Amino acid sequence: MLDGDPDARFLGGGTNLVDLMKTGVERPARLVDVRELPLNRVESAPDGGLRIGATVTNSDLAAHPEVRRRYPVLAQAVLAGASGQLRNMATVGGNLLQRTRCGYFTDVDSPCNKRVPGSGCPALTGEHHNHAILGASGHCVATHPSDMGVALTALDARVSYETADGPGELPIADLYLPVGETPHRETALPQGALITAVTLPPAPTAANSRYRKVRERASYAFAIGSVAAALDLRDGVVHDVRLAFGAVASRPWRAFAAERVLTGAPAGADTFAAAADAELTAARPLPRNGYKVTLMRNLVVAVLSELAEEAAR
Amino acid sequence: MASSTSSDLTLSVNGEKYTLTVDHRTTLLDALRERLDLTGTKKGCDQGQCGACTVLVDGRRSVACLQLAVAAEGHEITTVEGVADGDRLHPVQQAFLDLDGFQCGYCTPGQICSAVAVIEEHAAGWPSAATADLRPEAGPPPLTPEEIRERMSGNLCRCGAYVSIVQAVARAAEANGAAAWGSSATTAPMTSPARSRCSTATRTPASWAAARTWST
Amino acid sequence: MTTATTGRSAAGVTGTAHTRVEGRDKVTGAARYAAEIPFAELAHGWLVLSTVARGRVRALDTDTVLAMPGVLTVLTHHNAPRVDTDFVGMMGVPPDPGTALFQHDRVPHRGWPVALVVAETSEQAREAAETLVVHYDEEPHDVAFSAGREAEAYPVDGHMPAVVEKGDLDRELAASAVVVDAEYTTPEEHHNPMEPHAATARWEGGRLEVVDSNQGTHWVAGDLANLFSLDPGAVRVRSEHVGGGFGSKGVRAHQVAAVMAATVLHRPVRVVMTRRQMFSLAGYRSPTAQRVRLGADPDGRLRALEHRSLNQTSTVHEFVEPSAAAGRSMYAADAHHTVSRLVRLDVPTPTWMRAPGEAPGSFALESALDELAEKCGVDPIDLRLRNEPAVGPVSGLPFAGRNLVACFREGARRFGWAERDPRPGVRREGRWLLGTGTAAASFPAMAMPSTASVTAEADGTFTVRINAADIGTGARTALTLIAADALDVPTDRVLVRIGDSDLGPAMVAGGSAGTRSWAWAVTAAAEELRRGLAPGADIPPQGITVRSDTTEAVGALAQKERHSFGAQFAEVAVDPATGEIRVRRMLGVFAAGRIVNPLTARNQLVGGMIWGLSMALHEEAVRDPASGGVYGADLAGYHVAAHADVPHVEADWVDDPDPDDPVGIKGIGEVGIVGAAAAIANAVWHATGVRHRDLPIRPDRILSAGGDA
Repeated sequence: MLDGDPDARFLGGGTNLVDLMKTGVERPARLVDVRELPLNRVESAPDGGLRIGATVTNSDLAAHPEVRRRYPVLAQAVLAGASGQLRNMATVGGNLLQRTRCGYFTDVDSPCNKRVPGSGCPALTGEHHNHAILGASGHCVATHPSDMGVALTALDARVSYETADGPGELPIADLYLPVGETPHRETALPQGALITAVTLPPAPTAANSRYRKVRERASYAFAIGSVAAALDLRDGVVHDVRLAFGAVASRPWRAFAAERVLTGAPAGADTFAAAADAELTAARPLPRNGYKVTLMRNLVVAVLSELAEEAAR
Repeated sequence: MASSTSSDLTLSVNGEKYTLTVDHRTTLLDALRERLDLTGTKKGCDQGQCGACTVLVDGRRSVACLQLAVAAEGHEITTVEGVADGDRLHPVQQAFLDLDGFQCGYCTPGQICSAVAVIEEHAAGWPSAATADLRPEAGPPPLTPEEIRERMSGNLCRCGAYVSIVQAVARAAEANGAAAWGSSATTAPMTSPARSRCSTATRTPASWAAARTWST
Repeated sequence: MTTATTGRSAAGVTGTAHTRVEGRDKVTGAARYAAEIPFAELAHGWLVLSTVARGRVRALDTDTVLAMPGVLTVLTHHNAPRVDTDFVGMMGVPPDPGTALFQHDRVPHRGWPVALVVAETSEQAREAAETLVVHYDEEPHDVAFSAGREAEAYPVDGHMPAVVEKGDLDRELAASAVVVDAEYTTPEEHHNPMEPHAATARWEGGRLEVVDSNQGTHWVAGDLANLFSLDPGAVRVRSEHVGGGFGSKGVRAHQVAAVMAATVLHRPVRVVMTRRQMFSLAGYRSPTAQRVRLGADPDGRLRALEHRSLNQTSTVHEFVEPSAAAGRSMYAADAHHTVSRLVRLDVPTPTWMRAPGEAPGSFALESALDELAEKCGVDPIDLRLRNEPAVGPVSGLPFAGRNLVACFREGARRFGWAERDPRPGVRREGRWLLGTGTAAASFPAMAMPSTASVTAEADGTFTVRINAADIGTGARTALTLIAADALDVPTDRVLVRIGDSDLGPAMVAGGSAGTRSWAWAVTAAAEELRRGLAPGADIPPQGITVRSDTTEAVGALAQKERHSFGAQFAEVAVDPATGEIRVRRMLGVFAAGRIVNPLTARNQLVGGMIWGLSMALHEEAVRDPASGGVYGADLAGYHVAAHADVPHVEADWVDDPDPDDPVGIKGIGEVGIVGAAAAIANAVWHATGVRHRDLPIRPDRILSAGGDA
């Protein structure tokens, strides 16, 4: 639908794109409004999972009975994001493709490797107290701002898209590219692809799940660290666990290393701390965001402890 | 006159139709303020970061600064000028006035539009980040001060009139018959607030052709 | 001139709750703010700001921009009208050279206006402004403020003397059994009124007319007349509804730019700041680095009080944030040394921001007192009561009412202070550690000369003309009540007109002195009118008007220590695992003169306390060392408290009429913020056992400070 035009953009809720047009970060020559497309339904998937249309608004997603019942972590993550007004506008597809809120990225008078490849990254030596500690590079330390994406990552969501050549699908873990030397290349979607749906596999574990977000206001602020977790305990031992971090990397961060430590281990604060440490050994904090390592470790222990308590009830 | 980067369109605002030609970059906020002389909707940040421009689009609260005017065509817009019933203030407006839910007044139209929607969203059973039990069976939570604060957090008030705003929203919600805090939770219908209210806006797109394209 | 009345409080409407007279207009959207007044043939100006922090403008590619659709002109230092800055304005200081737009090629800070693009529509102006290429000769800049800059700093008298010394500091410190020596910092803070600065200028019948959003039209009109070498009578500035000011809405680049463009184009021109531009153009509160040394006897009685404060200013103008002055009238001590100094950097000039000096100064001083209470093992309230002065601690002048003790007693009772366990870090509720804190507040009670007129209209109503500004304070409503009482008529027979420089000279909305100054003038005129009106007398069609000027009466006020006071209380919850802080409740009890309208006064005092909360936990503008500008210059990057941050906040007051004011007013605009951040910081210590001496106290600071329970 973009007719191969690299200067065209899909417009969903506009909560990020219109803002970026105003600041001059985005200067699309054409806009294609996709909100009237028939992609606004939440339906049961054949495998028992849930298929969420790409133009479902955040509000409708969070209020959906099946989401609240079966995937509470997702409803909580969505409700933790933005404001009531913005959730009414923002769409699922747009949420996944929103850009970083790094202040150097949004200021067109600043260098930024993500915006202007090769121009530099002032955050490395400048303001970075809310920048990435995991998976970043010397070229970019920006974080992905999504809350919803963190829950979807923990839930192994699959992202469906449409291109001129036909449909395709990606596991959400493969949606975002590593930062490396090309922070301006953010997703593995083909040029011109339109996200059409996000599918959640059936996940009984998700019935006992939650999202905890820490931010610098009690509401209406981006995270400085968040955890999406789902926990299934059998006889006090971790049978299944899903763990993802927000606001610590260029993408929602699936904590596979922590999950490996947890699976099969006895539930308890020591196990949870060991799991967090296993994930966070990869952390490379900058001079002024080392607190995030402490924060994420404490959050993992707190959230898993709460879920373990729930499971024991 | 329409051109490659502008369009003729009809906006429906507060029940009135307005036909105008807009630059494709023009936001709904600028169209309201600069073209329709509906200046009740305020421009506080123009970036979706303050809530002063909150209006109702098909009954749902939205920030007008991040919505393009061309994308608002076909939807029913309600601004603060359209909230009252003629000379009779909306209960939310009356409560803001009586309880002094403002100081400078600049965030006030946005707070009021937001509050009108919050009361409906709550009545429809929508949860918030302050809702302890998200299960639909739990029904809508009591509209406690914590619930109101969380739901109203997208509307900044630099004067710091938050305490009286929360009191005003609570009073208006009670007047509306919504479960006030302290009352027992009841099971509410899982309707989608507002959109069902505005018949003009329920459009079911049939195909990919529903996508609309604008040059900017 | 009548300067004293008695016995009216028992009967009149002053002191009773009244909803805002313009309230209906504000809740229906009918109230029009500066950018919302329509003008025929209106053109739109868009400011272009420098992208370098220091240097010169070498060239501007204006030709390209002039060819763009709708563009009418581009004003730069090459072609802009000349302005005169050699004057002292109403505020008693020369104008900030930042308002002298486009007069030379020098760039003294990032975000300095280098051009104004004017076009038929704001979209065209914006696009052209973004297209304009400006070439600079860039020079190295220095924006790094820190306590380490003390060596380059120098004291400057602002609206307070920079240096006040009494007694032998070293001797008293040496003789003190207990000494607190601590450093505190507060960050750069921005006013961020919800309504961005906006002005429309036009020439009409040989007069310059400006519709603006400001805190005093007489001030702005006077400065514009001086800048453009116009007769004062040739300038009219109107400002009916103002969407917040907090000190930022004086004479700023937008008005000057609009006047220049209207002069060049001979048509009305509107200039509105974007939120992002406000971070460069609207003024701000300087960061401060403060050191407090307190010396005391074992029982907490002060022997020595030293407070040194450092702030930054621009290279073009001196503005001092007199933080060290906060303690001069607060506590008795034999040695009392206070000094406010500044260091010049390549930054915009800071300005007055709600409680300039007192807000950051009280954070340091009232935190230090809490530390002293801890060291002495004395209750923080008792410590303050033990150091109550009988007269001004430095000045020796009598107080015009000092009811701080009553505030603490009443506040302690209502807050439940007596049950407080003084030990820190021992109260837990789930994941939260709980604590409470207190602090004192004070703010000068001033009155400034103003003029007013009151007209008895032929229809039995009364029109009050006073060039007041209602920036959300409720001044319009307060003056309605005061006039009604002075005239002895119901409020619905009184119409108060404000916000128009043609109404004559009057105090600005600032210094917590607006309503007091205006009320004085209104009372004088109204009472004289009332006395002169024979009962049943015929009123001619043009009405009967009485004018007042309080210059003489205000000037005759005896020298006294005149202040509002208050006691602040806060309860906080801190999650040591995540660093999250929630304020659970706040209470402020104030002695702030006679309260004219309890409904709006409570709101304003609570609003001040919420500013204190926001200052304590949220607000910080980070100046990027590389670019010299503010990082994340918007309301997502610069956090102010949102609904969810604000618990139930209560403000109340004790009876405290000013004996020398005709209405008994002192002023309530600023005292609410003073001490509020310290009360919260002290509560965070009580919750966690860790002192936080740097604002804002954010999760990263809680986590980095450790003390994890």
